[in-house]
Amino acid sequence: MFENFEILETINMFRNQHLDVRTITMGINLLDCAAESAETACRKIYDKITKQAEHLVDTADQISREFGVPIIHKRISVTPISLVAGASDIDNYFCFAEALDKASKAIGVNFIGGFSALVQKGFTDSDLKLFDSIPQALAETDQVCASINLASTKSGINMDAVALMGKIIKECAELTKDKDAYGCAKLVVFANAPDDNPFMAGAFTGVGEPECAINVGVSGPGVILAALKEVSGQSLDKVAETIKRTAFKVTRVGQLVAEQAAERLNVPFGTIDLSLAPTPVVGDSIARILEEIGVDTCGAWGTTAALAMLNDAVKKGGTMASSHVGGLSGAFIPVSEDEGMIAAVESGALNLEKLEAMTCVCSVGIDMVAIPGNTPTTIISGLIADEMAVGVFNNKTTAVRIIPVPGKVAGDKVVYGGLWGEAPIMNINLHGSTRFIERGGRIPAPIHSMRN
Amino acid sequence: MSQSVNYNAVVTVLGKDRVGIIAGVTAVLAKLNINISDISQTILKDMFTMIMLVDTINSTYAFEKIREELKVLGEEMNLEIRIQHKDIFNAMQRI
Repeated sequence: MFENFEILETINMFRNQHLDVRTITMGINLLDCAAESAETACRKIYDKITKQAEHLVDTADQISREFGVPIIHKRISVTPISLVAGASDIDNYFCFAEALDKASKAIGVNFIGGFSALVQKGFTDSDLKLFDSIPQALAETDQVCASINLASTKSGINMDAVALMGKIIKECAELTKDKDAYGCAKLVVFANAPDDNPFMAGAFTGVGEPECAINVGVSGPGVILAALKEVSGQSLDKVAETIKRTAFKVTRVGQLVAEQAAERLNVPFGTIDLSLAPTPVVGDSIARILEEIGVDTCGAWGTTAALAMLNDAVKKGGTMASSHVGGLSGAFIPVSEDEGMIAAVESGALNLEKLEAMTCVCSVGIDMVAIPGNTPTTIISGLIADEMAVGVFNNKTTAVRIIPVPGKVAGDKVVYGGLWGEAPIMNINLHGSTRFIERGGRIPAPIHSMRN
Repeated sequence: MSQSVNYNAVVTVLGKDRVGIIAGVTAVLAKLNINISDISQTILKDMFTMIMLVDTINSTYAFEKIREELKVLGEEMNLEIRIQHKDIFNAMQRI
């Protein structure tokens, strides 16, 4: 039995505070689709995905209606294609991206992740073919997302791959320059990439994952913001406690939806990703939460500390609410997808250096950041190297999704629309590290990786 | 509210107060053979708020159909009418 205020609180979270389940992502193993003939492999991939996920969208919509919970995205993540395509007698993997794209459209999801490679320790021949295929794959398909794991705490940082990614990101930008380098928004590089991440662009199904699993990403910045407005002026202990309690409720929604989806689709429940994912809608911003906690503008001194507390409290509340937590799990700080972050960049309060500091304590990294199109490749590689180091040496996941927009300079703005939002072109420090990047090789794993 | 009522869903009605809201909503529920186990209603600043705990088990209509009928009624009466499975409230409000 419920008290009226409890029912109304729940209704209010969905009605006024933008609470939703951000994504139900079905992870599908494709290792058994490998074949000597690429044509055969692609057909098997298409058939397997469309069969396995045939009812994903209908089921998610049905759950959404029964429980009154908006479920924004339905998505697919698959085994990294470099592992599947390696068996095929082909040098360019574009046909695999095409197969994924067709399957994604056939089942009615909006993105499919897994045009991916894991190269933290070095390249296989297949990884290199996949790297070469990324620009065309992202330019000529609509729903395929690519991700590369460049580094891990156990293996160190593959600096050859970091150097190569700088070039590939620029190529992606060039091939999609008529869409303001939109291809780069579908490409993310990681340190310590999780195997069960439901969020795009970085979702893929790792090799330790089951045949098929349901992973759910929750959201809820608007709910946290509303709860914090109720404790205005009170101590930080109270702030942390309020975030924790609210994150618990938000995560329980995800847990319920995940259990229902798993049961109805007869697929194992994988994990809940506890990330606070913002949208460009006013009132659904991470930056505004930090400002409610007390920093004048996101990016001001104190921002990193406030974000650290937010991220930690979200995890503490969420962990108790879910039986299995995974994915990225923390606060996301994408620039273009967060109304408050955009405003902070435009006001001059938030720059790339501060953003890098913030990534030390949040769940992802330099995400959806647009920079001038003429930024040299080695500068991009340098930025990636720094972000990889933050992840590797702090034993956490970090990522870079950066968009060098051709023809644009700092202060301009590009509009992607929808949940991708709009990105102010950020100023980037052009003092480079070409000699460092060109050395190549591997930065060894840190001493604290040796735990055995 | 007593501890023993049977219900599997929660109907909430929000909107501007006017004559006939309860009559309109309960008539549709009766037509669909849905028992109302508990009902409470308040008016806050002209905003009509009604919460009903209902049992749809004996209804011959599917949950989707019930939801659709209530939605149509809501549009006719200019009200927000929701029906949600009770588990969402259990999940969020109970440990």
